[in-house]
Amino acid sequence: MRIEKHPILDFDRGPKVTFYFEGRPVEGFTGETIAAALHAAGVKVLRHSVKLNRPRGFFCAIGKCSSCLMEVDGIPNVFSCITPVKEGMQVRHQQGRGRITLN
Amino acid sequence: MNTPDFLIIGGGPAGLMAALAASDFGLKPLVIDENQKLGGQLIKQTHMFFGSKAERAGTRGFDIGIELAAEMEKRSIELWTNSPAVGYYPDGTVAVLRNDKLHGLKPKSVLAATGASENFVTFPGSDLPGVYGAGAVQTLMNVYGIRPGQSVLMIGSGNIGLIVSYQLMQAGVQVKAIIEGLPNIGGYLVHASKIARAGVPILTRHTILEAVGEDQVRGAVISKIDDKWQPVPGSEQHIECDTICLAVGLTPLTEILWQAGCQMNFVPELGGQVAWHDELMMTSIPGIFTAGDVTGIEEASTAMLEGELAGLGAVRYLKGESKELKCRIDDTACRLAGLRAGPFGQKAREGKCKLAECRIKTV
Repeated sequence: MRIEKHPILDFDRGPKVTFYFEGRPVEGFTGETIAAALHAAGVKVLRHSVKLNRPRGFFCAIGKCSSCLMEVDGIPNVFSCITPVKEGMQVRHQQGRGRITLN
Repeated sequence: MNTPDFLIIGGGPAGLMAALAASDFGLKPLVIDENQKLGGQLIKQTHMFFGSKAERAGTRGFDIGIELAAEMEKRSIELWTNSPAVGYYPDGTVAVLRNDKLHGLKPKSVLAATGASENFVTFPGSDLPGVYGAGAVQTLMNVYGIRPGQSVLMIGSGNIGLIVSYQLMQAGVQVKAIIEGLPNIGGYLVHASKIARAGVPILTRHTILEAVGEDQVRGAVISKIDDKWQPVPGSEQHIECDTICLAVGLTPLTEILWQAGCQMNFVPELGGQVAWHDELMMTSIPGIFTAGDVTGIEEASTAMLEGELAGLGAVRYLKGESKELKCRIDDTACRLAGLRAGPFGQKAREGKCKLAECRIKTV
């Protein structure tokens, strides 16, 4: 899914990063967002909706529509489309409103 | 800096030009933007802009973004990225979230250059993964270098629908068709011809009936519509695709102007609710300015000129008018009028005219 040759643009991808989706390692590049890196890895379903349990991906990709909310490092409702990937990050598919881990 | 001369909310084409114009006349602006990168929507534009040399004709959008950011740095104009404005309070405080800390700024003048957000069309399956806004597709392709899918159905033949279709083709993605509800293609024919020559059908008077797929888009059903926008029975077509791109217009992001108490008016030609403004982009509240798509959906080139006018307006508001300032204002206003003079500027001209008539005179 990643573009290797483009007629106009050069993609200066940063160093590789390994993060985890549902416990499985996924490769991304520094500077990519969670939603973008998952998309490149073939993951399009990011969560399921609250009432009717419908599969959802991203829509606006700029953190305005709330379609892409995921659980990141234990915190629910994170905009995966504007959050950059970090080495070791734990990303989980969000069910409905998500879960909060209380200390 | 808690009391900047001129706080500019939004580092896109309008905000950056406002910063440069204001700095030309000795103001010290602070530009804030919620994104990591400066340039707003410019960073995603691979096509060459047209117009005159002053409007950077022949330069690609993302290069214009880079040039403006470089000029900002050259002049050491203060800039906060990853810093959204989160509220405008009655005492004139603008709350900005920066590095997980809330800052209360009390600027002497403010420009809201916050742009616009994508419209949506609802149809069965419109919430499936694989249905993306045009801006999202551009972000994925042109910023992150990732293809949105293998084959796309584009909804909307305005400039964004046409440009993004061409960008998809540049990225090696197949565009199955562009569908448009109106009887004519909405965007510039120079864009439409490039796409048509590449064999992509542009189907006017068509709509999408549903997106097909269980967990993601696998296809779409489209049909012809009559002049009452009703589907014509028997004209349904199944299009196999894994991506449906919605390019169906934008709506100004005006929340901060509402919060500030600016006079707002509904002008359909401009995209919805917009703040009233005078010829120097000042709203009904002295010292609060507006520029770019937030004042009415147009293009980057008009956003740049409106931004310039707003910057000059802030200078006049804070320092009064000089001969040099008046000259620059007249020149910029002239260039903006020139850009809007052609047939494509008609909607914006009418919208701005309607807006100008809306001013509620306060005693």
